[in-house]
Amino acid sequence: MSERTTASPGSSSPDTGPSAATGVEGAPVETVTFTLDGREVTARKGEMLIAAAERAGTFIPRFCYHPRMKSVGVCRMCLVEVSSPRGASLQPSCFIEAQAGASVVTDSDKVKKAQDGVLEFLLINHPLDCPVCDKGGECPLQDQTLAYGPGESRFVEEKRHFEKPIAISELVLLDRERCIQCSRCTRFADEVAGEAQIDFIGRAEALEVNTFPELPFTSYFSGNTVQICPVGALTAVPYRFAARPWDLDQVESTCTTCAVGCRVAVQSSSNRATRLLGIDADPVNHGWLCDKGRFAFEAVNAEDRLTEPLVRKDGALVPVSWYEALRAAASGLKAATSKDGAEAVGVIGGARLTNEGAYAWAKLAKGVLGTDSVDAQMGDGLPAEVALGLPRATIDQTAAADTVIVLAGDLREELPILFLRLRSAIVDRGLSLVELSPRATALTPYAEASLRYGPGGAVDLARAVVDDAAVAPAPADPDALVTARRLAGAGDVVVIVGRPSLAEDGVLVAEAAQVLARALPAARFLPALRRGNVHGALDMGMAPGLLPGRVTLDAGREWFAHAWGSVPAERGRDTAAMLAAAAAADEPADGPRLRALVVLGADPLTDFPDRRLAERALEGADFVVSVASSPGPVTERADVVLPAAEAHERPGTTTNIEGRISRLGQKLVSPGQSWPDWMIASELAMHLDGDLGLESVAAVWDEVERLAPAYRGISRAVLDSPGAADGVVAPVPTSGVSISRRAPAAPLDPIAFPGVESVERQGAPPRAGLAGTPTAGHAALSGAGSNAHDGDPVRPAVLAGPVDLAVPSVPPSDRYSMRLVAARSLYDLGEAVSAVPALAGLVGTAPLRVHPLDLDELGIPAGGSVRIRTASASAVLTAVADASLPRRAVAADFNVPLDQGTIADLIEVGAPVVELRMESP
Amino acid sequence: MAVTEAPKIITGRLGYPDSHTLERSLATGGYDGLRRALTMTPEAVAHEVDTASLLGRGGAGFPAGRKWAMLRKNPVTYLVVNGDESEPATFKDHLLIERDPHQLIEGVLIAAFALQVTQVFIFVRGEFALGLERVQAALNDAYAYGAVGADIFGSGFSVDIVVHPGAGAYICGEETALLESLEGKRGFPRIKPPFFPAAIGLYGEPTVVNNVETMSNLPWIVLNGGAAFAALGEGRSTGTRLFALAGHVNHPGVFELEMVKTTFHDLIHAPVLGGGIPHGRALKAFIPGGVSAPWFGPDQVDLPLGQDEVGAAGSMLGSGSVVVMDDHTCPVRASWRITKFFARESCGQCTPCREGSGWLERIMARIETGYGREQDLDLLLDACDNIAPGLSWPPQQTTICVLGPSIPSSIVSAIEMFRDEFLVHIKDEGCPYE
Amino acid sequence: MSAEAGTPIGSPRRDRGSDALAIRHLSTDTLDQARQVISLYPEPRSAFIPLCHLAQQQDGWLTPEAMRDIAGLVGVTPAEVLGTASFYDMLHTEPVGRHVVAVCTNIACLLNGAAELLEHAEASLGVNAGGTTGDGSVTLEEAECLADCDQAPCVQVNHRFVGAQTPASFDQLISELRTGARSEDIPHHGTLVRVRRSTGLQADPSLVAAERAAMAEAQARRTEAAEAAKTAPDGARGSS
Ligand SMILES: Cc1cc2nc3c(=O)[nH]c(=O)nc-3n(C[C@H](O)[C@H](O)[C@H](O)COP(=O)(O)O)c2cc1C
Ligand code: SF4
Ligand code: FES
Repeated sequence: MSERTTASPGSSSPDTGPSAATGVEGAPVETVTFTLDGREVTARKGEMLIAAAERAGTFIPRFCYHPRMKSVGVCRMCLVEVSSPRGASLQPSCFIEAQAGASVVTDSDKVKKAQDGVLEFLLINHPLDCPVCDKGGECPLQDQTLAYGPGESRFVEEKRHFEKPIAISELVLLDRERCIQCSRCTRFADEVAGEAQIDFIGRAEALEVNTFPELPFTSYFSGNTVQICPVGALTAVPYRFAARPWDLDQVESTCTTCAVGCRVAVQSSSNRATRLLGIDADPVNHGWLCDKGRFAFEAVNAEDRLTEPLVRKDGALVPVSWYEALRAAASGLKAATSKDGAEAVGVIGGARLTNEGAYAWAKLAKGVLGTDSVDAQMGDGLPAEVALGLPRATIDQTAAADTVIVLAGDLREELPILFLRLRSAIVDRGLSLVELSPRATALTPYAEASLRYGPGGAVDLARAVVDDAAVAPAPADPDALVTARRLAGAGDVVVIVGRPSLAEDGVLVAEAAQVLARALPAARFLPALRRGNVHGALDMGMAPGLLPGRVTLDAGREWFAHAWGSVPAERGRDTAAMLAAAAAADEPADGPRLRALVVLGADPLTDFPDRRLAERALEGADFVVSVASSPGPVTERADVVLPAAEAHERPGTTTNIEGRISRLGQKLVSPGQSWPDWMIASELAMHLDGDLGLESVAAVWDEVERLAPAYRGISRAVLDSPGAADGVVAPVPTSGVSISRRAPAAPLDPIAFPGVESVERQGAPPRAGLAGTPTAGHAALSGAGSNAHDGDPVRPAVLAGPVDLAVPSVPPSDRYSMRLVAARSLYDLGEAVSAVPALAGLVGTAPLRVHPLDLDELGIPAGGSVRIRTASASAVLTAVADASLPRRAVAADFNVPLDQGTIADLIEVGAPVVELRMESP
Repeated sequence: MAVTEAPKIITGRLGYPDSHTLERSLATGGYDGLRRALTMTPEAVAHEVDTASLLGRGGAGFPAGRKWAMLRKNPVTYLVVNGDESEPATFKDHLLIERDPHQLIEGVLIAAFALQVTQVFIFVRGEFALGLERVQAALNDAYAYGAVGADIFGSGFSVDIVVHPGAGAYICGEETALLESLEGKRGFPRIKPPFFPAAIGLYGEPTVVNNVETMSNLPWIVLNGGAAFAALGEGRSTGTRLFALAGHVNHPGVFELEMVKTTFHDLIHAPVLGGGIPHGRALKAFIPGGVSAPWFGPDQVDLPLGQDEVGAAGSMLGSGSVVVMDDHTCPVRASWRITKFFARESCGQCTPCREGSGWLERIMARIETGYGREQDLDLLLDACDNIAPGLSWPPQQTTICVLGPSIPSSIVSAIEMFRDEFLVHIKDEGCPYE
Repeated sequence: MSAEAGTPIGSPRRDRGSDALAIRHLSTDTLDQARQVISLYPEPRSAFIPLCHLAQQQDGWLTPEAMRDIAGLVGVTPAEVLGTASFYDMLHTEPVGRHVVAVCTNIACLLNGAAELLEHAEASLGVNAGGTTGDGSVTLEEAECLADCDQAPCVQVNHRFVGAQTPASFDQLISELRTGARSEDIPHHGTLVRVRRSTGLQADPSLVAAERAAMAEAQARRTEAAEAAKTAPDGARGSS
């Protein structure tokens, strides 16, 4: 198979079933045998008794134990009798490793009395306000009291009192009276998130969790403490009093807020999303979610969702039937193509779509309309060939590497759970981190070498890291450079490539990554494109010059022309070029004017780095079709608005940064007449005299699997198989599919999944399936399929290795000007935040970070107001000193409120760097 | 014979008003033990301590020589001296710290040499402001004198000692909590196993923790030989030991007595020791080894002051504090106050101790103030049983450290010995002694 | 005052260097002493309690500003400083009077009239245990055993023992405190150890470095030896 000859290891972790005695690396794990309640049980060496017993079917009650955190053994709920040469004694099973030959008793009278005693002790100060407690109905304290506890209270004293819920952040409330001091939340904050913003205060019975005065619990990961709190002490604002657990039902799905693709349980009540819980997907999120992903579901409940197709008539959008809307859309598009050819139509967006939606739209655009101007990226990513073509690492491989080189933005802001995985790999197993960035990030304190470069310097810096003879651009620290060279030069290296600054041409970073790729042939890459399902959309061919399955237009021409009927003749435009071609007053040099624009759930006005260009483009385009689920600036300017189903309303799949294909669960019925994107594409094709031949989500997937080379072998049967609960990484190696170690029916931390578990007990596995009838039979796990028919064209090869890029040359710095670094922050003015009530208030204003010496030189006081201006725009911000920056670089967050103006106004695409002047306002 | 002819091993210098100074120390044989030790091999020094059978004076009574021997297989990184003395009615380390800091430092140096440790921390209870100043001043003098620091007395052996103040938390006397505190954290005891200091101690390194009094014995042992020490006392309880006598006695104080050769009766009544109970009152009960220990009644007053003897009788010698209660003492009030102590001093990390201590204290308060119910006695005992299953001695525990199972001692003793008086409180709705 | 961007709140400074946050509150002298104390320990965090005492010596109690500085010095978060400090009775995270008068009521003192003394103290000072008099001169505390049980009922002022007290001598003591007559032997609250370390590490940093290096080397040798012993055949172990 031609595609198999390319070196593109999807994942090398072997299939290890939940009970298989093999470890991550596939090496046999040492085991020990001990006696549990009289029967012989095998445990992994070093495994805690509580876990070994659970695998053997004996559930030991617990509160403080969390399998993803270090045991502390404080709640004493898990006491069991362990015999040793000195006799039997009560020991915490969460803190004692299974020892060969030990005899462990979990059900003796002594154990039961101890457990009863602990429960009674916990309840003496715990308020009995279960009827008004959000945890009521899914509370381990309640459940365990029922199962193990005393019948009635012997406590007649007054209970401990604290002020009732106090807000420890905008998102989290704390009721200290309900706290049972298990320390799960404080340990999470310290051990997992690395931000001990909450801690135990006081001593003895007065021990309480709290924050430091005036320093709230602002961690991006705060919601996890709510999920793992075993009682109702920590509650999240969005879920408070929203539902009772027994009214909820749920489905397992994938978070599409960013491209990490964390596994989640989506819960709803009466067709309203009520809560998201992180599911412990071993290769991905370990049970954790960031707050943005956790609370983003609120957007689907929005009151102003689009429910009907709209068409502009006499200047106003009016509701029409689907038929009329599709006809209007088709005629607008046809008008454009008939005049100027297919390339007069462009399709922007796609990261919000499922893989199936993206495939259908790619097929519509490239196969039916015939335009190659399709781009799922918003000019804030990387050239698609680089993102798809560099040898890919999985998240697990990244965490297991010797060295990780980060050439990306602040991962805590952009891909928060990837940040957690990296942090834990660094802190827990000593992964070495090299950071190449224009400014300090949340990972900087963990980096062994942190090298700074000024805007435009990425390629030179990358070269200096891999070539001892190359001179590093200022201000790279020479010691750090030595360390970076040493680390890059040895062992297993993974490079994370993203976009450190939107004010610097993405081609520069991409080329820097390719410099590393050429010099370090064994290195693997994790492309850190951040938005939703952007990796899936690119894989489905939603980029100029690409076709589904990671093949170039040229390589796949024959194959897809055969399957689709036709494909575009030439490479089309990317988003920046499309916008420029729409905005252009005259005929642009690179082809016809862009007359019609289809915007797929994207918002170029907030997400495209150059806002003024986006604005001009929307104004300049003759015809705009907006496929969206909520009204926004684009729908306001559109000629036709087609209402689309949102996350949690559509089945299908997504593909994350590592190329992992995971299933989405459909939990809600989409409002009004909104349709899933694949269906919109399919129906629109009919009006364009084409037929996509796609009748259902399942049919779309079958075609993807059949046609898209990188997705070969990942059939519905594979995705539906129980072992694939955590998804499958594409492309599958010839030796077989990598599937997860998670048994879908056993949450790792039952306390955090009361609901999930209870659904399972009712016999309904909370797993998302693809729409349509589930495929029966055993999944064929081999990726090595043969071509379907003799005489068909040869399946094209997937992209592999560096490509030739047109690298812009960076002009020498003008000594009077500064260069801009524009970085992403998690909470910004984008729709993913502004449509979510819980998050909208968290967007902060951005200061301008300036090197203190530059401030001195310009006589601007730190804390003072400063105006930055380019030739055509300016903005006013508060200046703060930041010595982590290179001299003559200034940094600001993109798309957050400033005192005046926006950063996007200052950025001009096409210029490799943004030069600006700084002055008092 | 109340007091034996045994030498004053650790209190010999205390009679001098300037006993804490280097001058007095040197004039009375100070640092001779260290000089002697430095002429020996570390193994030989350790061997003398082993021969002496010096039982730890911090409460648990584990032989210092044995503790060190375990570590010889596993070389020690740190020596930490426990001067946190906070067990109620224990005030003997206080005396040694304030009045003979050089003896302590000398003992510490000998131990450091025997263990070949180069970094020592002396953890001194924070409330001992004068003691902290005295030890720090003595340490400054000892450095200047060449007894501490690099190349001690030209022997080639170097060691640094740091005086570390506590900040007021009884639990930091527990050795693993002490190490946590010394690492700058709250004093949450660590779980044993696996966190035995000898294996995983300060910063995860093998660490020896010894009590101040244990250390203070070393100069004499090195100078006079372990055998001479072992010749005093009886059985495993060798040498002399400090007994802190308090409560209802005419002469409360700290007395150095040869072990086993003296009885509790002697300690309480001998004119040169406790001098009897004031106002000619009778003995009602006494606590033989700190408030964690079960109480004894007058029938046990003739027991000798020996670790195994007291242990066999169902209590412990513990930290060597003896509290005497006369017949006008309300046992409910006494054990309530002790329970309140534990409720305040529980570190709070484990459920049975944190919640149990507070609950028990509230029940005891209720009974003492006249709101008790008869079923409260069974409730008290059952709640105690949930902290220390079986209510036996030495106790079993559902908790992380031994503070938990120490809580029941006074309650169980008081109920067992004075049940009638509890019932009177309940029936008369108040304390008959008020 | 500079508006230093510093490290964002909750940033993961804890795993690496300390001293990253600008020190804003501790005086130069306090800071000097603090740095000296930190140098005595293998890890900065170990200096936590001594640093809190130093901050109390400066301010009389542990102010939020001081806690932030300490967080920066030892490499933890302010929440951890508050959390840890509030574990310890001697570290006051709320203001206290110039004199903290602690009356022990634990068993030995209780048997000798401590409860009555405390009652008297509350009445004569007009505050309950835990409270501070209106003039800010005295905070009254009910203490656990202070280990001076032959001086029962035992009282400490700013952690200085003042001997067994009767109600009358107690009142006398309070008036002496208020007039400043005891300021020689009883410094204001927070001053714990007036004797500074004058020798040793502080005297010769190069020696310290050498000692530390030698220790590290010895440690490495031990680890090596231990490793070797582990891999050596069983018989070899006994013979050494
Ligand atoms: C709750 C508790 C409090 C303790 N307090 C002290 C103390 O204040 N001083 C002390 O030396 N040992 C104390 N110990 C004993 C120590 O844990 C440890 O056994 C002792 O310091 C070892 O020294 P040694 O072997 O020289 O006695 C305490 C133990 C417990 C469980
Ligand atoms: S028994 Fe008490 S003092 Fe000991 S660890 Fe548990 S809570 Fe802390
Ligand atoms: S002590 Fe084991 S679960 Fe809490």
